[in-house]
Amino acid sequence: MSLKIKQDHARFRDIVRGRIKRNLKKYIQKGEMIGKKGKDFITIPVPTIDIPHFRFGEKSQGGVGQGEGNPGDPLSPADGQPGSGQAGQGEGKHVLEVDVSLEELADILGEELSLPRIQPRGRDRIVTTRIKYTGISPSGPESLRHFKRTYKQALRRQIASGAYNYLRPVVVPVREDRRYRTWKQVPLPETNAVIIYMMDVSGSMGDEQKEIVRIESFWIDTWLRRHYKGLESRFIIHDAVAREVDRETFFHTRESGGTMISSAYKLALEMIEADYGASSWNIYPFHFSDGDNWSADDTRVCVEILREKVLPVVNLFCYGQVESPYGSGQFIKDLREAVGSRENVALSEIADKDAIYSSIKQFLGSGK
Amino acid sequence: MDKHTHLPAHLHDIRQRVERYAREYGLDFFDTVFEVLGFDEINMVAAYGGFPNRYPHWRFGMEYERLSKGYEYGLSKIYEMVINNDPSYAYLLESNMDVDQKLVMAHVFGHADFFKNNFMFRHTNRKMMDQMANHATRVRRYQDKLGVEGVEDFIDRALSIENLVDYQSPYVKRRPDPRPDSEPEERVVARGFKTDREYMREYINPPAFLEAEQKKLDEEAARKKKFPERPERDVLLFLLEHAPLERWEHDVLSIVREEAYYFAPQGQTKIMNEGWATYWHSKIMTERALDASEIVDYADHHSGTLATHPGQLNPYKLGVELWRDIEDRWNKGRFGKEYDECDSFVERKHWDKRLGLGREKIFEVRKHCNDVTFIDEFLTLEFCVQQRLFTFGYNEKHQRWEIMEREFRKVKDKLLHMLTNFGQPRIAVEDGNYENRGELYLVHKHDGVDLRLDYARDTLRNLQSFWRRPVNLHTKVEGRGTLFRFDGREHSDRRADL
Repeated sequence: MSLKIKQDHARFRDIVRGRIKRNLKKYIQKGEMIGKKGKDFITIPVPTIDIPHFRFGEKSQGGVGQGEGNPGDPLSPADGQPGSGQAGQGEGKHVLEVDVSLEELADILGEELSLPRIQPRGRDRIVTTRIKYTGISPSGPESLRHFKRTYKQALRRQIASGAYNYLRPVVVPVREDRRYRTWKQVPLPETNAVIIYMMDVSGSMGDEQKEIVRIESFWIDTWLRRHYKGLESRFIIHDAVAREVDRETFFHTRESGGTMISSAYKLALEMIEADYGASSWNIYPFHFSDGDNWSADDTRVCVEILREKVLPVVNLFCYGQVESPYGSGQFIKDLREAVGSRENVALSEIADKDAIYSSIKQFLGSGK
Repeated sequence: MDKHTHLPAHLHDIRQRVERYAREYGLDFFDTVFEVLGFDEINMVAAYGGFPNRYPHWRFGMEYERLSKGYEYGLSKIYEMVINNDPSYAYLLESNMDVDQKLVMAHVFGHADFFKNNFMFRHTNRKMMDQMANHATRVRRYQDKLGVEGVEDFIDRALSIENLVDYQSPYVKRRPDPRPDSEPEERVVARGFKTDREYMREYINPPAFLEAEQKKLDEEAARKKKFPERPERDVLLFLLEHAPLERWEHDVLSIVREEAYYFAPQGQTKIMNEGWATYWHSKIMTERALDASEIVDYADHHSGTLATHPGQLNPYKLGVELWRDIEDRWNKGRFGKEYDECDSFVERKHWDKRLGLGREKIFEVRKHCNDVTFIDEFLTLEFCVQQRLFTFGYNEKHQRWEIMEREFRKVKDKLLHMLTNFGQPRIAVEDGNYENRGELYLVHKHDGVDLRLDYARDTLRNLQSFWRRPVNLHTKVEGRGTLFRFDGREHSDRRADL
């Protein structure tokens, strides 16, 4: 039966894609994108359109909850954004929540954004073999004997030969009954990948900007991890000088001072040259900043490093410019002019949290 | 004639059994029709709010997408759905295990009993199934004639104000009956200029002048007469009666309003209703219907229903616990003056008069309460502590949501505040001829929580599209009275105190 609702659904999809009724576009909400629970469980992004009503502002409202904790304790974000604590308008439907794993999530993300599968660059030389059990055979080492199949075989033989007595069901395997697991050697092309995250932490990058970088990095990480088994991540922060830090520091540092982007690119280049030979690694440098650089000279240095050294060896270089009230936003224009036409460069401007969605698509949509 | 024969035989048997148990416990419900649906169909019906047929609108598609995605990715599935109708309709998901179907049926009979007996549902249309289909046909007809876009846009705008209805109006008398022959109101008589010389009067105030003066006064009095006479909280009704709407617009707006009133009681009894159904499914299942082999699955699903998360209130959990608490209190006689005045902790704890009035009491409460009165009357200090209720709020300093208080009074007040007027701001039409310019003037009765302003402006714009003349909304922003205005072209706001 073709469902009546398909029409409504198609119409909704069209609105979300912006084909019709642009006046509703601003009410589209991407939903919560990160809802981490435990180590690797998460909730899904689903776009919704909120028809405007007269209603209370969320943050001034609060609500009532139930459970452990003392006054002053935070509600963990995984417990769902409160605010809709009021008894909603519903018809007694009852929804049970289940979890999804990160891998599935990456697939969902890919499907949602219609991201192409990544084609790792050919690394045929590096091949390891894995052993895989593929079948059963009548000969083999005793250590791989398959007991169940052996007994089944013995039973089959006894019944066929009439030796089986159901009153006294004793099954005794003889040598011919024995069955063994067999294996095959499967060649597995190994692909290695590294993501180098670089972030501007100069005074102009506020908490909101970092939040955007955090969410976006999370999704990039999730997506690339789906495609590369041994994915490494390295983190560089920079203001006027660059240094390597661990993940925690990367997302939480706030420095002040000027910005010299070239310092980060130099450090990334050193890293690549020292640890990640281009012949055996897929390399993904991501750089986030608010687009403010110290001087035009420094920008020129950046472009040169990129063009001469970095771009030839990496799979994809991505630059995300987070809008900030302080940044001039000049850097992306310079980059666009200098290297924008290269096919392994992705540039994206991220105005606010809602723009993360399209930005991820710009970064990962090329399938590199 | 048995109209349930389209249930598969084993479900039919289960149904008969569960229904018998439910009736034996004293539940009283309309005849209930169960339908077994595949997940796609059940998602559709759920997206339509439980009905097989609604007018075309994208928001049903949105809901459908949310539900089907949730189902496909194993995030959620719809367990149970029942609509308030006579006969009640309930849906079973085809792929559920039998123990689930049993649980759902027991749960559904609880809801059906509630729908039939709770006072909030008295006025609702019990033939809503037909009425919804009727609405669908009407809207489709308009769309065929006038084009999908225009009608849909109109519905979007109408939905934007669908919460501006008077949630109490079905239960009280708001407007006085129209007086058969309106008594003439006392008329202000024109006196003209004052003079103490009687013989001069005709010269100072000639009759023609007095007549003109009188006319002016009468006009003034008519103008002063309020329109509407008293603040009208059913803004939709006011628009239907007074806004310059086309015939089809009038009809569509009345459809939106009718459906809003139909769904309103369900939102206003969410905690009670879900609690009641949960109470009964648990009772019926554990005492009668459950087979030994089903206990583990039942326990798993039942506990899933009652799980709590710190930032959300689970109406199933709160409701069922409150029902059980009431039953327990009336069984043991923990109520009334003597109990309330007892301040010995030990005595209170072991208070048991063996009255056994619990069952009777909960049936009475399910008839006469809604969520507000339910919480107000029966949420006690002991219950609040035992259930570990707390209030939470947004801490600007720490930029996060935090637990605020565990104090009983605060928790209860917050809860009641959330439930009052359905958790919607109270907004009423004060004047349909504002400043004598035919403008619409709404007042938000501010009770401590500000409106979300970007939404308020957009809603004002939608409202203006019905009224055609400028519209004004008075509310408070950060403690100061503000008048928002949309005149058809641009928004403006200015400070204004009432």
